[in-house]
Amino acid sequence: MNFDPRFSGRKFASVGTRPIRPDGVDKVTGRARYGADFNMAGQLVGRVLRSPHAHAKIRKIDISKAEKLAGVKAVITAKDLPDLTDGDAAMYDILDNCMARTKALYDGHAVAAVAAIDARTARQALKLIEVDYEILPHVTDVDEAMQHHAPLINDTIFTEGLEEKPVKPSNVTKRSQFGHGDVHQGFGHADFIVERSFKTEQTHQGYIEPHACVASVSSDGTADLWVCTQGHFVYRQHCAQLLGMEASKLRVTSSEIGGGFGGKTHVWAEPVALALSRKAGRPVKLVMTRDEVFRASGPTSATSIDVKIGARKDGTITAAEATLRYSAGPYAGSWAEIGAMTAFACYKLDNVKTVGYEVLVNRPKTAAYRAPSAPMAAFAVESAVDELAKELGMDPVDFRIKNAAQEGTRSSYGPVYGPIGIGPTLEAVKNHPHMKAPLKKNQGRGMACGFWFNFGGQTCTDLNIGMDGSVSLAVGTVDVGGSRASLSLVAAEELGIAYEHVKAIVADTSSLGYNDMTDGSRGTFSSSMATISAARNAIRILRERAAQMWDISVDDVVWEQGHAVAKGEKHGNLGRLSLKEIAAESGKTGGPIAGHSELVADGAGVSFATHICDIEVDPETGSTRVIRYTVVQDAGKAVHPTYVEGQYQGGAAQGIGWALNEEYIYGKDGRLQNAGFLDYRIPVCSDLPMIDTQILEIPNPNHPYGVRGVGETSIVPPLAAIANAVSNAAGVRMTHIPMSPPRILAAIEAERGG
Amino acid sequence: MRYIRPLSIEDAVGQLARSAGTAAILAGGSDLLVRMKGGFVEPDLIVDIKSIAGLSEIRETADGFSIGAAVPCAVLGENAGLKKAWPGVVEAAKLIGSKQVQGRCTITGNLCNASPAADSVPALVAAGARAVIAGPSGKRTIAVEAVPTGPGKTSLAKGEIIEAILLDKRSPRSGDAYLRFIPRTEMDIAVVSAGVNLTIDEHGVVTAARVALGAAAPTVLLVEEAAEALVGRKLDEAALERLAKVCAGACRPIDDKRGTIEFRRKVAGVLARRAATTAYARAGGK
Repeated sequence: MNFDPRFSGRKFASVGTRPIRPDGVDKVTGRARYGADFNMAGQLVGRVLRSPHAHAKIRKIDISKAEKLAGVKAVITAKDLPDLTDGDAAMYDILDNCMARTKALYDGHAVAAVAAIDARTARQALKLIEVDYEILPHVTDVDEAMQHHAPLINDTIFTEGLEEKPVKPSNVTKRSQFGHGDVHQGFGHADFIVERSFKTEQTHQGYIEPHACVASVSSDGTADLWVCTQGHFVYRQHCAQLLGMEASKLRVTSSEIGGGFGGKTHVWAEPVALALSRKAGRPVKLVMTRDEVFRASGPTSATSIDVKIGARKDGTITAAEATLRYSAGPYAGSWAEIGAMTAFACYKLDNVKTVGYEVLVNRPKTAAYRAPSAPMAAFAVESAVDELAKELGMDPVDFRIKNAAQEGTRSSYGPVYGPIGIGPTLEAVKNHPHMKAPLKKNQGRGMACGFWFNFGGQTCTDLNIGMDGSVSLAVGTVDVGGSRASLSLVAAEELGIAYEHVKAIVADTSSLGYNDMTDGSRGTFSSSMATISAARNAIRILRERAAQMWDISVDDVVWEQGHAVAKGEKHGNLGRLSLKEIAAESGKTGGPIAGHSELVADGAGVSFATHICDIEVDPETGSTRVIRYTVVQDAGKAVHPTYVEGQYQGGAAQGIGWALNEEYIYGKDGRLQNAGFLDYRIPVCSDLPMIDTQILEIPNPNHPYGVRGVGETSIVPPLAAIANAVSNAAGVRMTHIPMSPPRILAAIEAERGG
Repeated sequence: MRYIRPLSIEDAVGQLARSAGTAAILAGGSDLLVRMKGGFVEPDLIVDIKSIAGLSEIRETADGFSIGAAVPCAVLGENAGLKKAWPGVVEAAKLIGSKQVQGRCTITGNLCNASPAADSVPALVAAGARAVIAGPSGKRTIAVEAVPTGPGKTSLAKGEIIEAILLDKRSPRSGDAYLRFIPRTEMDIAVVSAGVNLTIDEHGVVTAARVALGAAAPTVLLVEEAAEALVGRKLDEAALERLAKVCAGACRPIDDKRGTIEFRRKVAGVLARRAATTAYARAGGK
């Protein structure tokens, strides 16, 4: 409705301050309700039977014994979730992943589920389900899966994106290519060329809260779902489609969320819980164990990447090329494609080419993980960039500054950049005191850059003004990182009232129009845009009501600092009317005052970051310690700087874990060896230094306040920054993530031996 | 499932001996409860030993120390006498899990869990600790290294309970130390570990030594050749090198999710050398 999203350069009163978050007290006192904290009278316990095999044909499932066990109220298999996807291949994959239909495709793939009166009965019932498997050869490694002799995971897959359709099926679902110029010619002009291959192992988002939901299907066919998710509207659509319901008949309420990082953007257990409830006629609560979270919910891709970069003696990059292979689990994805798009996005290149291959493996379905696919590509590229700078004898920061993309640069993935932050983050790093901090023996420093697109998308928001002048803000983007506080600041800013008078909630799917989920760093970007729009619509009504109260034309009423002001000579003697005064009279001037907004938030500004880190390596054991870590990132405008810093630190912390210790370890039998936090090593507090942050604000021209998404970019540079630091400390180039102590020690020994 | 909380060791032994199905002893529960929650074990009988008189005490006797089976590891760290006499044993106990876990877990539980990676066990073996076992046919005392027989298995017979761990009174000029390798800083389990206990004479020559390695074989290894590498000499570079070499050679590790054979061998030697250096300094060696 004539909403102007352009950056206006206004001065802020609320935005940029650091009030405490509205959800804070409940969270620190244990009162907040997470996924597993919802309960209903008569609810049953749901549990899932999972395949112990990496790849197996399901010949037969006999549930008769389990059904006869006292206390069991429903047992389901794929038969209870019939295929209603109507040719939608992506939805069919989601359905098959929720409950295996003809084949179990990974260790942990759901094959049946039960609902029983208690956990013990449910566990016993699972043991009574008889599954007749025909074990098939499996493949879990991304490079092995690409070999001609590799076991085929899906014989209907023929690689897309090739010039000619292949005659044989393969595990490569798609080839994608990006770039411009002529890399052959470019390498011909290079004085130095670095060419290397890299590998990264699969990691999990590692959210502390496991997937949890309560599903209640009524006998009239309507249903409620309480669930921990990053996108309850998306969950509603997927569940409704898979269960054959009208979306409006399923109300989904999102709980507080104990971390998602992309892993709670897909349905896993929710359609199963709904199907169990439908069959049992009672509410069903389904909570994954940690083991199930690791075995069956969304890890990121494992990758294998080749990079080649050439430069002239003066430090100008003449050509850059990369081939990226990303594992997708057993279903098609576009993970390598995203890696191929982001790989060289930081640089201004005349000749660049990236090729991505999506590879099927017998591992859980790959899910988004914070700037999905970008950290691995950045690891490979930024490692090679660092090595090339060394060969050229140039400072790694100066080399990057010389080649950094800028406004007007044609990006390696196509679009031409507007105002961007890569150059400024590099300049800030160059001048940061961290770069001058002394290094001791066995310590090394590394730095690296990272890029992320940021998303916008569909957003709907309601802003209601109470008769006491306080404001309720209902948003549809799940709050994963403090967005209720940030959006309250934005509402307060636009209306000209104090933050304390705004209360933001995340509304359920029946109370608000559709919202895309909180992913792609879009939560605060898009919902703040919608909040500004809703507030402006409310201000229009506030002005109308003031005009009515004064009996003057609305055109003569302006909104200033939370007040209606009559402008012009003839109204000079009228006092201002506050929002509170107008609200108090609303019953007499036309009823409730509200502002509504629905929009597609376009123009999410791209985001860049540069990280510095110092690592100490014990050369006798390969043990590492992070000594210092600094994040410099462009936020566009930091609405709530504390939560922006939190995002910067959180991304760095996850990146540190990924770089140094986290990995999925599969046995020869194709089974996951470390499905728990003991042997899947995310960092503990004492593993991390205080992570320093510096927020740069280069306004996004497409947002009224200049906001860019900030949530994801912070995980893009760490793998590379840490690899560069470890390589400098150990005196040997590290090319395999995670750089666990055995890998570092082996590399040091090989270097000594060679 | 039946849960009982006997007040005497005789009652506990009797209940265990008479039990029909699977039985488990509960002290801190830091292994048992986790395994039960994970669905790996469902004991028919749980015998909580925390109310048995004397089992929650550390006693200093003429012969040394007697550490009750229900004494939490955190309490070891609060006992000044024990800390002074056996700093290596105490530091090992204080590495288990996290601060919260140490408030519950016990060294006896750590021993009976029979993990080759148990942190306190190599330190106890190096210290020459003994276990006092109460059973249906009376009491017996055995070396701690005779308790675990393989991963998850012990030599305890049905109805037997370890009542206490005994540590000798310290001879002068003695020191012990324990080191483990973990990829993190805490909340982790040893990839490989080493405990060293030694005594020196007034000239700094090692007169007695015990060296134990953890996570290097199916049970904790007492490496006698490693002790021989130290005894009769000062802790010079040559002795340390020989110690490292012998320890690396004595390992019978496996490749698994926590580390490779090669890594464990190499790091076992490094840790033994570093632990020996610390133990030597604690004994007053220079």
